[in-house]
Amino acid sequence: MIRIDSHTLGALIGLLRKDGFRVLGPTVRDHAVVYDEIRSFEDLPIGWTDEQNNASYKLIPTEGKSLFAFAVGPHSWKQFLFPSECSLVRSHRSNGSMELRGAQEPLPTPLAFFGVRPCELHAIAIQDRVFLEGPFADPWYKSVREKLFIVAAQCTHPGGTCFCTSMNTGPRATQGFDLALTELSGGSYLVEAGSQRGSEMLTRIPWRAAETAELEEAERLLSTAAASMGRTLETEGLQQSLYANLSHPRWDVVGRRCLSCANCTLVCPTCFCSTVSDGSDLTNTDAHRTRTWDSCFTADFSYIHGGSVRPSTKSRYRQWMTHKLATWVDQFGTFGCVGCGRCITWCPVGIDITEEARLIREQAPQAKPTS
Amino acid sequence: MEQAPEAEVTLETTVDSHFVPRPFRVQRTKRETHDVFTLELKAEEGPPLSFRPGQFNMAYVHGTGEVPISISGNPAEPETLIHTVRAVGGVTMAMKHAHRGDLLGIRGPYGSAWPIDEAVGSDLIIVAGGIGLAPLRPVIYEALKRRQQFGKLVLLYGTREPDDIIFPKDLEEWRSRFDFHVFVTVDRALGSWKGHVGVVTSLLQKASFDPANALAMVCGPEVMMRFTALELLKLGVDPGQIFFSMERNMKCGIGLCGHCQYGPYFVCREGPVFPYTRLKQLLSIREI
Amino acid sequence: METLQPILAQHPFFKDLQPEYLELITGCASNVRFDADAYMFHEGEEAHHFYLLRAGTVALEVPTPDRGPMTVQTLGEGELIGWSWLVPPYTWHFDARVMELTRAIALDATCLRKKCEADHSLGYELLKRLTVMMEQRLQATRLQLLDVYGTST
Repeated sequence: MIRIDSHTLGALIGLLRKDGFRVLGPTVRDHAVVYDEIRSFEDLPIGWTDEQNNASYKLIPTEGKSLFAFAVGPHSWKQFLFPSECSLVRSHRSNGSMELRGAQEPLPTPLAFFGVRPCELHAIAIQDRVFLEGPFADPWYKSVREKLFIVAAQCTHPGGTCFCTSMNTGPRATQGFDLALTELSGGSYLVEAGSQRGSEMLTRIPWRAAETAELEEAERLLSTAAASMGRTLETEGLQQSLYANLSHPRWDVVGRRCLSCANCTLVCPTCFCSTVSDGSDLTNTDAHRTRTWDSCFTADFSYIHGGSVRPSTKSRYRQWMTHKLATWVDQFGTFGCVGCGRCITWCPVGIDITEEARLIREQAPQAKPTS
Repeated sequence: MEQAPEAEVTLETTVDSHFVPRPFRVQRTKRETHDVFTLELKAEEGPPLSFRPGQFNMAYVHGTGEVPISISGNPAEPETLIHTVRAVGGVTMAMKHAHRGDLLGIRGPYGSAWPIDEAVGSDLIIVAGGIGLAPLRPVIYEALKRRQQFGKLVLLYGTREPDDIIFPKDLEEWRSRFDFHVFVTVDRALGSWKGHVGVVTSLLQKASFDPANALAMVCGPEVMMRFTALELLKLGVDPGQIFFSMERNMKCGIGLCGHCQYGPYFVCREGPVFPYTRLKQLLSIREI
Repeated sequence: METLQPILAQHPFFKDLQPEYLELITGCASNVRFDADAYMFHEGEEAHHFYLLRAGTVALEVPTPDRGPMTVQTLGEGELIGWSWLVPPYTWHFDARVMELTRAIALDATCLRKKCEADHSLGYELLKRLTVMMEQRLQATRLQLLDVYGTST
């Protein structure tokens, strides 16, 4: 484990940019910490902290110079690997022929994510399974993902809606990054390499070995973080419990509160549903198909001729929550939830997935699965 | 510090990615009923589309959209790709007005197939409702080709009224065979109809087969499939030997858009053909 | 002398019925046949009998002014036509048109009703069986009513 100062951190960003990476990281905009291009150290959210709760997000300035003293904001990294809108197919019709071609989506210059939290590393890994490891892979995702450089930030400031420890996704990351930072007090950063590329990057910046006191401080910060989760979610038996309670009265209650506004699916770092739209020019010569993010909360998400399979908000909330915490396990081998708490913070009526899960289990009319 | 100029690299996906359709040319169109029609297609270039009975394609109409359609042709004759379609929305309406020579985009084949190999040595009972006969026709062709591998071969076909019967020529031909028991019924009819009137499940009484050694393939409206399964179970058919073809909203057909999820299953990937044992619980849950 | 009892015993409707009840019922039974295109009965007529079909096919029809007779169900070998004989005022609700030569056992309604009033356990046995059949018919009718094959817009 090595130690660098904030000045060197800035230099690291510069090196990445010089190597041709487009560096994306946290920055303050519209009273929130969002992810956008980081051109220099000054773009980072220096000295900011946050307070998060159900339907509540507050960014608070501090006197200090910390870079990561806040929990995740409304953006997730999925927007860069799985763009909210992208072109899929172009069709050109003329003289009795139809030329079908894949869309020419410009590949971004190689991306570097700066400041990825452990829960987010897991979210990226979860989306890797969806987009790369099924029978059909997304070629664009693959291309961007292959070149991606990840600088993770061990989480020392979990938020009011966080529960990564329940989901086993944090607050410490041990893999899935090229470099990982731990922010200490006084502008020091411990850095560890998680890959060959990461190790090579370290040879180009000045560093010294971490001192015992610094290592101990990192340990303390991380254990304090682990003990400061805003929420908990009992995952033992959770899948079975949800499967056994698909008719639980609690769904009616949450169904009445839910606005099916889709905020949760938009902010969720693992949600991957999409839809397509087709259009053409006025003469219908050149047609195109575009893929955009979609949400299972929309009324026609499940539409088959005659109507939607899930016309009620209650059934759509149930679909989202049981997908995240039950069927995802059968589909991909892990939960779809990483405990980042975004859905709780950004739900306009403050629905809390951990509370819903707890109430369904505690008030279970039937404890055992029916089949 | 200056950022290096953005590299102008583009990624063009190909047909191999299964994001891009292949052009197929309409050879023939045929009206089946007032809202059901059959299209016969040939690949513009490249190999014919080989498929297994029960699979579907995503069919693209230039500028209008894409829909999942079961393949209804003969798997032994893949050079002609056949789709039987019901005109219910924008894309299928556009397909209904396709002429010989028009081009459609096709991606596929996708999904699971009817378990015809599992039926070898057993009686094979095929129950079709309405347009559900279309996804079953390929497996009927294949079963007839391998006729000696099965015990009794039975087709029970129910639809709304005599005018709604599809594939009348096939039905006539199949009926004329001594080794294929074909029963057709309608929900209601004018007096001129000389055939059976009543729900398709009532035909199960007529079709004598050995329930203890039978495999059933069922396709039609979900309500009809549910009641058919109940009747089959009552007769003593093993639930693991009953198969449905399910239908859900699909946008990609390849397990990425999330729309076709049915419980833990992606209908485009684990389905559309499912064993009843997988569906039993899901079928009893509203709005899942 | 040969009675119809063994034939009745073989009909699915009377499967496993105790011989003493079968004997009582046979007393009301007669053998009948109908030629194709004949009508067994018409809507509104008094239901003097009900029928156990042994062979052939019968269509239950509803006459309509604009579209002629509409068939709602066809019945054949092993099935039963009619329970109007049990429900006052004992009149038929459908036409029954014979589609092909049909042979049946006709059971005299008045005769059976009398015997059922006299022996309630006989009545209960009959009703048990009729209820099962009516449940099946109702179920099937509801399915037909759902018009599952129709297009919804």
